Amino acid sequence: MKGMTIIVKTVSSWVKMLIVLFGIYIILFGHLTPGGGFAGGVILASSYLLIMLAFGREFVQKDLPLALDSKLDCLGALLFAMIAVLGLVLFDKIFFSNFLYLPGKEFELISAGTIPFSNIAIGLKVGASLFLVIFLLSTFRRETSANK
Amino acid sequence: MYIFYVLLIFMIIAAIIAIETKNLLSAVICIGALGFGASLMFLFLRAPDIAITQIVVEVLGLIILIRSTISRDLTFISGDKEFFGTVISVVIIFVIFLAGIKVFETLPEFGTAIFAQASQGASQAYIKEGLQNTGAANIVSSVILDYRAYDTLGETTVLFTAIIGATAILRKKARKVLEEPDL
Repeated sequence: MKGMTIIVKTVSSWVKMLIVLFGIYIILFGHLTPGGGFAGGVILASSYLLIMLAFGREFVQKDLPLALDSKLDCLGALLFAMIAVLGLVLFDKIFFSNFLYLPGKEFELISAGTIPFSNIAIGLKVGASLFLVIFLLSTFRRETSANK
Repeated sequence: MYIFYVLLIFMIIAAIIAIETKNLLSAVICIGALGFGASLMFLFLRAPDIAITQIVVEVLGLIILIRSTISRDLTFISGDKEFFGTVISVVIIFVIFLAGIKVFETLPEFGTAIFAQASQGASQAYIKEGLQNTGAANIVSSVILDYRAYDTLGETTVLFTAIIGATAILRKKARKVLEEPDL
């Protein structure tokens, strides 16, 4: 039986959705409340880390393959750069111009122009890359200790 | 201006050595030299935020990578050289400590930040006009993703490069375990 005991598995399978929801909330409301892409991405990565600790690496491999994880990482970086270049090429001729901003809609969820999209891109990138490096380091450690 | 070329040549040489060398530990050290060169470059380009981020990521990455690779190439220095190294490191730590005291003497008093005193400074403009200019109620978000989004792009690039380095160094062993055809 891989992973930890049945108690840890049950509790973490209940808690993981709350952590994922909290991370998504932190990312989506980054322009209204404290938080943002970096903090939300770390929370998303920590939810997968919890699943990895409780259920073992093979379970997480089925749920989120490493190839998909690195693709998400690259997708986040590409989205953030695309937002920057779109403002330069299509709209104001300014790198990182806030081209979607409409005045008079402050304190609403859909406001602040490109800032929520940048938050989503950074959250995707930080979450995927942090989980990737944790997973790679843990796998490397197990392999070297198995060699001894 | 020549300092940029010197740094650039140093970084390119470090990158080539890091790719070409067979020893894993010296490759990791070369990547560290490359990162510190990049942070010096950011410092000369007057982007101290990114320089600090680069140094933090570099030190963390160096410690983690050396910790993971040291079990394969373990080289001990024994005898008199150990005493010499201890003396050298104590002297270096003492010099850095003295420099830190000098730096702390130049700081302003607690509670009187430099940015708050300059009434025409950029930070006051961010606080006053941030909501009207960007529409983001969270002022930190409006600074890091609108006014100074270029810094955030630099930090994202630093993170991306660190992940690429970790993946490239750890990939061969990980692939053997996971039976992944390609990452």
